[in-house]
Amino acid sequence: MSFLEKLLAIDRRIIFLFIAIAAALPLFFTVKLHIEVTPIVNNVYNALEALPPGSKVLLSMDYDPGSMPELQPMAESFLRYCFLRDLKVIIIGLWPNGPIQANIALEEVFKDEEVKNRNPQYGIDYVNLGYTVGNEVVVERMGSDIPATFPKDYTGNKTEDLPLMKGVKNYNNIDFVYNLSAGYPGTYEWVIFAVDPYKIKLAAGNTAVQAPLVYPYVQSGQLIGVLGGMKGGAEFEIATGKPAKAVKYMFSQSVTHAVICFFILIGNFAYFATRKKKGS
Amino acid sequence: MVETIGIWIAAILTLGIFSFLYKDNPFYKFCESLFVGVSAGYWFATTFWQVMMPKLVDNLAAGRWIYIIGGIFGILMLLRLFPKIGWISRWSLALVVGTTAGLYFTRYLVSNGMVQTENTIMPIFVTGNLPQTIGNLVIVVGTFCGLVYFFFSKEHKGTFGGFAKVGIWFIMVSFGASFGYTVMSRMSLLLGRLDYLFGTWLGLIK
Repeated sequence: MSFLEKLLAIDRRIIFLFIAIAAALPLFFTVKLHIEVTPIVNNVYNALEALPPGSKVLLSMDYDPGSMPELQPMAESFLRYCFLRDLKVIIIGLWPNGPIQANIALEEVFKDEEVKNRNPQYGIDYVNLGYTVGNEVVVERMGSDIPATFPKDYTGNKTEDLPLMKGVKNYNNIDFVYNLSAGYPGTYEWVIFAVDPYKIKLAAGNTAVQAPLVYPYVQSGQLIGVLGGMKGGAEFEIATGKPAKAVKYMFSQSVTHAVICFFILIGNFAYFATRKKKGS
Repeated sequence: MVETIGIWIAAILTLGIFSFLYKDNPFYKFCESLFVGVSAGYWFATTFWQVMMPKLVDNLAAGRWIYIIGGIFGILMLLRLFPKIGWISRWSLALVVGTTAGLYFTRYLVSNGMVQTENTIMPIFVTGNLPQTIGNLVIVVGTFCGLVYFFFSKEHKGTFGGFAKVGIWFIMVSFGASFGYTVMSRMSLLLGRLDYLFGTWLGLIK
């Protein structure tokens, strides 16, 4: 068996080992990478910057712990940004675990000194309305009546009694919607059932798997912008001037990608070289 | 103390699932079965407390009797468990399918049909903006050739075949992009677990 044939028959566990080392080792080092903020992410940042302080933003947490590494840094950077800019946050979830993820993100954000100094108050600066069943029907119904769709918040308080919710009837009273999505229901449903019929301003953060599926909505103007996977999350952190978890992971991500590309290249090289040999 | 125990359990179970990468083994099987069992229990409890109680029981208790209709259709769905009268569950399914189809028909047509088509009809050449012009060309040519590829009523030969071939190239590029993003996604999940193992569990990463 020639060297090239041996390469083609390489045990997949050896590749796993290389990937594990490539992913783990960089976690122990702090390397400052140059992360360019792409227009698709910059659009989200610019749209948020254009909101005056006191604007009401709706954060829809549509994911569960399975997508935490990608979407939790996005939730944290978004909440941190909102509290520092004095934007009022209304949290909901189309996934049962979404509001729990929001509470975990809030806990993390409140450790930030600058946020601590602002001292955001529940009910005044942010609310967590929890989860309600119905998927896309929830999105549709919120267009006519948000308090009726979420009559109580996550802890059981009446939605109408929360100071932040005074005067919030439907999407007309929401200035911006930000959706963090890992699948169904998620960005797709928000575009179809809220953007087009109710003309809301929507931006999204998606798992990398989902990102290519929602990019066409950016080109068509149905979405303001998209944070695609951990890379998108890192770009948003850079744009807001608060590098955090996503930026930290980018070095590992880059090294892992380089190793994968290396294996793809040598695999293809070995395949074509041996095929040519067999042919001759 | 409780938190520490939780961290250790999570770390050991993570290692158990990772052990499958070497080969199938009883430890992996145990972790997998535990995950399936816990998930089933968790979702049952979640559905009961976050759907059944607030949406049905609480509403009925408050005298909003209209919700009984939903409750009845829900019970009808469960009749599938009895083969002799299982056919009645189709009424509930018919309601779900009919409502969803109706809801999606117009919305989907507008968002994914009309708006997307409208945004493909654009002036190709933008004076003084070469990148935009190239982008517009890619969108128009890609959409047209992609559609030609899926037109099977005419044999893919000659000029028509040429367009179809360009279409398949565009489709391949989009598959490649999706694959690349999927790899990025999976690596992110791996990084999340490794950070948990080395950071939260072992405390080696600050």
